Amino acid sequence: MTELVDATRTTGAAPAGARVSLEGLVRTYGTTRALDGFSLAIEPGEFVALLGPSGCGKTTALRVLAGFERLDSGRVTVDGRDVSKISAQHRDMGMVFQSYSLFPNMNALNNVAFGLRMRRQHATQRRQKAGELLELVGLSDQASKYPHQMSGGQQQRIALARALAIEPRVLLLDEPLSALDAKVRAELRDQIRQLQQRLAITTVFVTHDQEEALSMADRVCVMSAGRAEQTATPAALYSRPTTSFVAEFVGVSSRVPVEPVDGSVVLFGERCRIRASDTGLPNGPLDALLRPEDVAITLDETAKPFVTHKSFLGATTRVIAQVDGVAVRVDVRSDVAADIELGARVRVSVVSRDVLVAERSVTNPVSPQ
Amino acid sequence: MAPFSIYSFLGLGVPIIAVIYYAFQSEQGKPTLSNIALVTHGSYLLGFENSIVLALITSIVPGILGLILAYAIATSRSATLKRLVATASGVLANFGGINLTFMFIATLGSTGILTAWLSAIHLNPWNFGFNLYSFYGVALVYLYFQVPLMVLVITPALGGLRPSWREAAENMGASSWGYWRYVGVPVLMPSVLGGMLLLFGSGFAAYATAETLTAGTVTLAPIQIGSLLAGNQLAGQENVGYAVGLGMFVVLAVTMILYGLVRRRASKWLR
Ligand SMILES: Nc1ncnc2c1ncn2[C@@H]1O[C@H](COP(=O)(O)OP(=O)(O)O)[C@@H](O)[C@H]1O
Ligand SMILES: [Mg+2]
Repeated sequence: MTELVDATRTTGAAPAGARVSLEGLVRTYGTTRALDGFSLAIEPGEFVALLGPSGCGKTTALRVLAGFERLDSGRVTVDGRDVSKISAQHRDMGMVFQSYSLFPNMNALNNVAFGLRMRRQHATQRRQKAGELLELVGLSDQASKYPHQMSGGQQQRIALARALAIEPRVLLLDEPLSALDAKVRAELRDQIRQLQQRLAITTVFVTHDQEEALSMADRVCVMSAGRAEQTATPAALYSRPTTSFVAEFVGVSSRVPVEPVDGSVVLFGERCRIRASDTGLPNGPLDALLRPEDVAITLDETAKPFVTHKSFLGATTRVIAQVDGVAVRVDVRSDVAADIELGARVRVSVVSRDVLVAERSVTNPVSPQ
Repeated sequence: MAPFSIYSFLGLGVPIIAVIYYAFQSEQGKPTLSNIALVTHGSYLLGFENSIVLALITSIVPGILGLILAYAIATSRSATLKRLVATASGVLANFGGINLTFMFIATLGSTGILTAWLSAIHLNPWNFGFNLYSFYGVALVYLYFQVPLMVLVITPALGGLRPSWREAAENMGASSWGYWRYVGVPVLMPSVLGGMLLLFGSGFAAYATAETLTAGTVTLAPIQIGSLLAGNQLAGQENVGYAVGLGMFVVLAVTMILYGLVRRRASKWLR
């Protein structure tokens, strides 16, 4: 650990990262609106994850920030200054790509030193600094290896060191872990997060993996169709999603049809407050969106709902109960779940008395998830 | 591997052995060094020199032109253009020999169409020292198929340049020059050298084009072999022809060894 701290000091990283603001970004490709009024404000030193399904515009947003893409309209500022006219070459942003971005003709050390060479640093100086960065990512012993001689995980760590070497004002990562296997991915996730906190560098991390986003970021910006749906801390995003898209994209939600009764809804026979909804209160029929831990079940032979699936998750077991033909996912402590058999009659109730509602959607497959 | 070894032996090994065998034999079938002594002097030596210079010119110039053309095509957005050039290159690269020669004579010969047009605007190239039936005329005709050949062999290598390398470089403050100087050119170098080696080989060995165009007035090693084996100079000179053939093998072998060394240096990062 002390080594890490020393390395940080000698790399002379700026004490605080830059403040970044993306305002009303629009970018169209032909008829595709890759970015459709995307806005996001990032605090100095903050780690923000852009999370969303494939094609929602995450990469485009990152590339706009890096200076690789033009904007149709909107503004990007760094520390209050508009950077639209500044080319990628002069933006001082370190970028880590999905894969295979290391220069194949340079060994690890020279890859890391590349940015310093472009900044005309003296050879001995840049070799020393590149060495420190290799140490920072724990790959000092790989300095003379060429990219093809390294594993995918090692290559990405070198790519990270290379991006950090220029002491960027903002660190940009575009799904840097998606090509790696699960174990390496988890390790690197921790390492990236630790380094980011140590260097206090403003970071934008693109991913379609919600676990990655929730476990790494200070705040997560959920994107859909070129816009920001909700930007919040992982905890807030999970427990208080403001739109049905977020509720269903992040974590697991069950949709249960409910009847509105003057400003509240009746759910499993109980009256619940409406916490939030997509666009005010929709006029038509409604669904409640329930997390597995928002719902409780108890064995009750006289009840109509019954258990259709059970899957063991460790400390908890996910039970699916069928309530009036609708699948409701419930997390139950595994020792309790051991007594609940398939087909058992259960009484279903809500744990919290305020629920997120959305316009009713017709699909509600009874599937084991 | 086995089929390839057999193929190499039959296609390359056996002819080499035969050439060596006859090159060191006198007309009467006795072992001798006189054929070798003969072809390393005088007009035969000149033939080798001319062939090597021709091969160098027709590998380096079309090599560079082909590279530039291939790059322009690789970075163009038009898929139609890419397909068109790929097909055209495939056809033109194989369009050599007598047909091509006559096409050039009809176009740029002293009474060719293009020559006529140019002389109408007082730019007749023949008045400025140009001669199609000369060494440089041969080089010009070679350009015609060497450029597309280079396009064919170098296009896959250009496709292997990842856009993310360029963007990573730019991102770290590299100008376009910086990218090419430290990444693009070094990465392409082995393929470019390989392509030029191929051009060198085809320029060094091409026979029909030069023979038809110059009617043997330009001294080139393959033309000398042709006339020696056909026996139209002196009878009983076949073994001298084999000695010239052996010389050509040696030149190609030396070229390939040099290429191997340069490539190894240029690409220690390759597997
Ligand atoms: N260079 C491009 N040309 C045309 N369409 C593009 C281009 N880049 C992205 N798109 C389109 O823009 C949308 C958003 O793409 P992208 O930002 O790559 O999404 P994500 O990274 O979230 O998967 C997609 O529909 C994609 O097809
Ligand atoms: Mg993407």
